[in-house]
Amino acid sequence: MKVTFAHMGNLWITVKTILEDLGVEVVVPPRPSRRSLEVGVRHSPEFACFPLKMNIGDYIGAIERGADTIVMVGGVGPCRLGHYAQVQAEILRDLGYRAEMVILEPPRGHFSALLDKIRYLTGGKPISRVVRALRFGWEKLYALDCLDRALVRTRPLEAVPGGAAAAHRRAVAAVAGAAGVEATRRARDEGVAAVLAAGGAGAAWEDDGEAGGGLPGRNGTPLRVGIVGEIFMVAEPFANQDLERRLGEMGVEVTRALYVSDWVRINLLLDTLRLRRRSRQSVVKEAASPYLGHFVGGEGLESVGETVLYSRQGYDGVIHVAPFTCMPEIVATSLLPEVGRDLDLPVMSLFLDEHSGEAGLATRLEAFVDLLARRRARAGAGRATR
Amino acid sequence: MATGDNRVYLGIDVGSVTTKAVAVDGAGEILARACLETMGQPARQIMQVLAEVGRRLGEAVTVDGVGTTGSGRNLAAALVGGDVVKNEITAHAVAALRLVPEARTVLEIGGQDSKVILLREGVVVDFAMNTVCAAGTGSFLDRQASRLGLDIREFGRLAAGSTHPVRIAGRCTVFAETDMIHKQQVGHPVEDIVAGLCRALVRNYLNNLAKGKDLEPPYVFQGGVAANAGMVQAFEEALGAPVFVPEHHALMGAYGAAILALEEHQEKEARVGAPGSGGGSGPGGADRSPSSYSPTSRFRGFRLGEMDYRTSAFDCEGCTNQCEIVEIFLEGVLVARWGGRCDRWERAGVVPGRSDRSAAGAGRSTEDRAGSAAKAGHA
Repeated sequence: MKVTFAHMGNLWITVKTILEDLGVEVVVPPRPSRRSLEVGVRHSPEFACFPLKMNIGDYIGAIERGADTIVMVGGVGPCRLGHYAQVQAEILRDLGYRAEMVILEPPRGHFSALLDKIRYLTGGKPISRVVRALRFGWEKLYALDCLDRALVRTRPLEAVPGGAAAAHRRAVAAVAGAAGVEATRRARDEGVAAVLAAGGAGAAWEDDGEAGGGLPGRNGTPLRVGIVGEIFMVAEPFANQDLERRLGEMGVEVTRALYVSDWVRINLLLDTLRLRRRSRQSVVKEAASPYLGHFVGGEGLESVGETVLYSRQGYDGVIHVAPFTCMPEIVATSLLPEVGRDLDLPVMSLFLDEHSGEAGLATRLEAFVDLLARRRARAGAGRATR
Repeated sequence: MATGDNRVYLGIDVGSVTTKAVAVDGAGEILARACLETMGQPARQIMQVLAEVGRRLGEAVTVDGVGTTGSGRNLAAALVGGDVVKNEITAHAVAALRLVPEARTVLEIGGQDSKVILLREGVVVDFAMNTVCAAGTGSFLDRQASRLGLDIREFGRLAAGSTHPVRIAGRCTVFAETDMIHKQQVGHPVEDIVAGLCRALVRNYLNNLAKGKDLEPPYVFQGGVAANAGMVQAFEEALGAPVFVPEHHALMGAYGAAILALEEHQEKEARVGAPGSGGGSGPGGADRSPSSYSPTSRFRGFRLGEMDYRTSAFDCEGCTNQCEIVEIFLEGVLVARWGGRCDRWERAGVVPGRSDRSAAGAGRSTEDRAGSAAKAGHA
């Protein structure tokens, strides 16, 4: 069995680590590129959303490299991702590719169904072995998120852009290659230090646990922009046209609403085990409640709630990213102008897919950053020194 | 010259359909302007409008700042030596506010896109930009005018004179055209059809582009399409308020870019503390280009129009993205390179600029680097 899975940012490193630790042979698809996108678009329905097209491109690339089993996550609620695994399996079958699809549904309070699938993939390894592998994978996931956070904080401080990104690339490779928990931690700490060093003495960093924490002692006060939206579009730089890099190089500190390691720690561990008084989900839900009182699938509710939370944390603006035709995010898009008005927070929605021109995106981002900069300049020194 | 000063600031707006340039004095008054159709050859047209502005300015001027905007802003900055490279939204907002400080809404319709910009107390608070749909752009009006055998200027005048505009589907240009042909075949007079078309475009603009936005007067309508009296009338009817069209409505992007260059120069002088007289006091013979330099600007001089430029492209083989990399040469020297998804080519081998990268307003942008990578061809 040669297992593959779709790309989403650097998540492949974590998934590969877990599977390989359990003795599963893994085929990582080529990084998303114009070529894989072209293949995906050619074989996908025009009005399917961007993640499906990208996934198809990844799967075909991996099958060509010898993969025979595809692991995919299921979805919940009125988001089409919920049946994408089946649609993708059909598409691949129609094209004559032979690959088995193993669907991992998100655990809803109980892990047994998920563990059954994992047992199948690993050839019946004992649970303790699986837990050890997950522990190792977690360490990599956490390390990668630390590196990403260090990068988005360092970028706006760089005199000449590029150094932090290069240090980040090297650190990611080191984390990917680390052979154990200790080695991963070492690679993480060295990597974070290297990325921060690229930003000069002004960059300082602490693990504040949740996204959006303040950064004391840093040089200057870059504009702070929060990113909300559909998780794939937020996490995959190829899909969002390097949104974080573009903003960072314009001198903006970017925060993703939720990093995957946060999600695992908060949703899967702390909240499931009831270690926190209030779950992250309930905080987001409550923040969204004046505008949206119920789940609408995907991250629609989160996009609204997290925008409200960014406002409370004093962010300068919010960028909302979603794939074209995404239903949950269309709901969010229709609510966000009102949220922005009420909270006096600039919010810009970007719907992207394979047709999105680079020039239009660049112009919009620049104009948005100009808008934020002028607003802040007007708001005066009082707020700028926060 | 309005101020008796010989320091000027240039603004260049390289749009999809037209390339525009203006020169303003230290008070922001327009001294010279030029406009040409881009005709798919922006590099050549940038040189041409620049040469034209140079001719109209006469010889004894010092260019203290150059701002570029429009979809070809990077190209213009690389060729001309740009100090400020700004997106069209900011440039249009700055221009509108200069003329109508109390403006709250800017309606802008250009050749191949349209924008709405909301201003409150002189600051952009929201905007939207349409780049994916042709319905409601100048190109569509142009096409329909020529289909009806009308001059585009006549089109606006005719539309404004209509007493009974027909209702035309405006959501999509193809359907609008189909509907228009139908109305024409059943015998509606041409002025009612063109007036109906204007209304359809305005409806499309307000329902799609400006959806969910609080449009408030005073309105400023700019861009090439603002010349169309029928469109102005349709906007005024739909909005229920007068719509102000600036005299140089088609040049507002370039004007905004020039104002941004002026503001940036003033900020720079304020920072340095010196009045910067060094650049302004030595005009000499402007045909010897270095004299038209200012120590604060990267401007290469008006002689640029005579210089040899060349652009070329190749596919990068570095990864499967196969980015199309474009190179700009001036007198055989590589002055800019872009088009990649990574920074592999952006700086490599590009001759560094003659001034540092300290220029260009709030925040850094990749364009600033393109600008700083530009080299003075005759340094």
